[in-house]
Amino acid sequence: MKLIDQVAGSFIEEAGERLAELEAVLLELESDPTNMDLVAQAFRAMHTIKGSGAMFGFETVASFTHQLETVFDEIRNGRLAVTQPLIGLSLEARDLIRRLLAGDEASTRLDRDRLCKALRAYLPKDGQPKTPLKEEPKLPSDEKSAPEKTFRVFVRPDPELFRNGTNPMGLLNELVEMGHSRVVAHTRSIPGLSDADPEVCYLSWDIILTTTKDADAIRDVFIFVEDHCSVRIDLVDDGISQESGEDYKKLGEILIERGDITTTCLKESLAEQKRVGQLLIEKGAVSSETVEAAVLEQKAVREARAKREAQAQPEAGSSIRVAAEKLDYLVDLVGELVIAQARLGQLAATRDDAELVSVAETMDRLSAELRDSTLSIRMVPIGTTFGRFKRLVRDLSGELGKEIDLQTDGAETELDKTVIERLGDPLVHLIRNSCDHGIEKPEARRAAGKAARGTVRLAAYHTGPNVFIEIRDDGAGLDAEAIRAKAVERGLLSADAIPPPAEIYKLIFLPGLSTAKSLSSVSGRGVGMDVVKRSIDALRGSIEVESSRGVGTTIRMRLPLTLAIIEGMLVTVGESSYVLPMSLVEECVELTQADVEKSHGNQIAIVRGELVPYLRLRNWFGVAGDRPPIEQIVIASVDGFRFGFVVDAVIGQHQTVIKTLGHMYRETQGLSGATILGDGRVALIVDVSALIRSTSTAAQAAG
Amino acid sequence: MAKRILTVDDSASILQVEKLVLAGAGYEVVQANDGQDALGKLNGTPVHLVLTDLNMPRLDGVGLIRAIRASASHRLTPVVMITTESKDAKKQEGKAAGATGWIVKPFTPEQLLAVVKKVIG
Repeated sequence: MKLIDQVAGSFIEEAGERLAELEAVLLELESDPTNMDLVAQAFRAMHTIKGSGAMFGFETVASFTHQLETVFDEIRNGRLAVTQPLIGLSLEARDLIRRLLAGDEASTRLDRDRLCKALRAYLPKDGQPKTPLKEEPKLPSDEKSAPEKTFRVFVRPDPELFRNGTNPMGLLNELVEMGHSRVVAHTRSIPGLSDADPEVCYLSWDIILTTTKDADAIRDVFIFVEDHCSVRIDLVDDGISQESGEDYKKLGEILIERGDITTTCLKESLAEQKRVGQLLIEKGAVSSETVEAAVLEQKAVREARAKREAQAQPEAGSSIRVAAEKLDYLVDLVGELVIAQARLGQLAATRDDAELVSVAETMDRLSAELRDSTLSIRMVPIGTTFGRFKRLVRDLSGELGKEIDLQTDGAETELDKTVIERLGDPLVHLIRNSCDHGIEKPEARRAAGKAARGTVRLAAYHTGPNVFIEIRDDGAGLDAEAIRAKAVERGLLSADAIPPPAEIYKLIFLPGLSTAKSLSSVSGRGVGMDVVKRSIDALRGSIEVESSRGVGTTIRMRLPLTLAIIEGMLVTVGESSYVLPMSLVEECVELTQADVEKSHGNQIAIVRGELVPYLRLRNWFGVAGDRPPIEQIVIASVDGFRFGFVVDAVIGQHQTVIKTLGHMYRETQGLSGATILGDGRVALIVDVSALIRSTSTAAQAAG
Repeated sequence: MAKRILTVDDSASILQVEKLVLAGAGYEVVQANDGQDALGKLNGTPVHLVLTDLNMPRLDGVGLIRAIRASASHRLTPVVMITTESKDAKKQEGKAAGATGWIVKPFTPEQLLAVVKKVIG
């Protein structure tokens, strides 16, 4: 290990000091054999030599010192007395450790065996070291071939969980990284604000996890909190069962198995002929979160099994080819239906007509299911595009005289067809960049102590409503200093600004910034990364870069699953309604007249001590009328930058079916589309990233 | 902003290796030579994590954990202790004192980073 080599020298030096200390302590102990402080000091010196020795690769030193330490542990615990011969033996052992440290391993063998035997004689008969020096490294199970199992994990922390510094988020994240997961948080125990103690954990979680790891690996995640948190892990799908997904347990059965309800309770509910989950919630038998968790489990197992079925009999799953336009038309129609349904729902809510309400609710459910299944038809595995990149990398390797492997992961991740089509060019560009600028020539790699063959890894995975696509190379990494210098040269950064590396890396997305020392035929003309960023923005995604000098660069793109329907935040300005994409919205805060006066004409709000620039949609879109005394700021976050949009009122979340604007309006700045509200009015969809960009350029231009 | 970690050990070489590993992963590292020194460093400095050895002169690891849990400003700060044997009675003592997690020495850089990530992300 290279890292360790750097400090091995200082270990030897330090161990030498420790040995000198040990010698002095042993000699003192000889004349004062009952002094327990001296025993403890000797023990500590041995303990340090052993512990560090093992870490720095001095295995023999560690295992030999361990023998000596075990004897002193006995003395420390009062089971053995210090005697003259024991001190003599310990001093001899100390000298031997010194020889071992000097690298004299071979010639000490006989002495070592003799001393070990003599030391062991001091231990009780069963006094073999009680604990192994080193834990057996767990053999990694062959994850590639392991089937994907689905687990149900209950995490029920004690209220005192936070008191020992535990942040459960880290644990949940670790779990989520193990595979495909669905998490439901139980929030019912959270008391009102005035009664809540911020140091008490009121939350608990149900996680449905589909992973190739086993239950022990899941349990290991919670190893630090085993005393403060009850964790139950149930296997709900073994990854092998060939049962059909649709045959998986009914909701009621799952709830009984989870221990949430009793059989009698279920039977009573079933007699009422409604949807079980709804009924049980109404009866107060279970919380809505519990039902949600059970439904997710059902879904996870069904999906896992369906996937297996599909793999097991690829040709048996009959499929038909349909023209893409027909599908697009179907999605449009479903969009219309969702809008019509919203109107029906609003209408039903205003009329006191139970029958109408019931029809509206059925429609609501059906249209939601229809919407989901229609959108899923348009989903295509991203792997279909991976093939062309293999070829690209192969050709580039030849052209550039480099050895590069392309690894792909998550080819089965599904994305809307339109998104995939529009992703092709940016991906080609990024992979080219990685091959051309990222991966070094074989000689340079060898010189840097890396394998001559470089790797570019292309991975796709899902989280919530987003798909992440990562391009990671193990090349040279970005040169922050070069980027900074270039940015200063181009006037994008003032000469004395020294932003942190992460901020500097973001600059590569600005137009006209290329740091490659020489141009090649492949890339490096300073056009590109800004185009990539714009394409990703247009897909309502975001892009970020991580890099470490000498280790490599990762470009990560976050994309919405679909372009047709989004979750939006509905707001009003005067008589007009606007929708902001929910995925970008972070929070809403009030903006009072007093706040405005405080900022002296600067469009900046102070939110919990942080400055957030804002823009009044009223001014931008020229909406007539007066501002209300208290306005709302909707704070959106784009690429880690927080920006506020001031509106009159926030209405709430809204399923937004996106309608493209007619070509007359297509060039309108700050709008990305429109949608139709339940009452038939039109709401405009705000292009959050574009607005932020144009205001910041305007601000720069102004000075 | 980089997360700040206070590493506490009476062995300079362990402190050095911890710093190499943690700083290499982008954390900011503050060092202390024993529990007493650590309490001094904590005074007035917010840290995201304390990584401490157990066997130390002056104030040992368990004593440090107790002192942290009793302090007004740092009582919720995560503390990871470094133990030598996984079954060590010391570990139980440390857990009872309020340790957030532990790592068994000898550890590899990867193991250290995995534990740190588990505790503070």
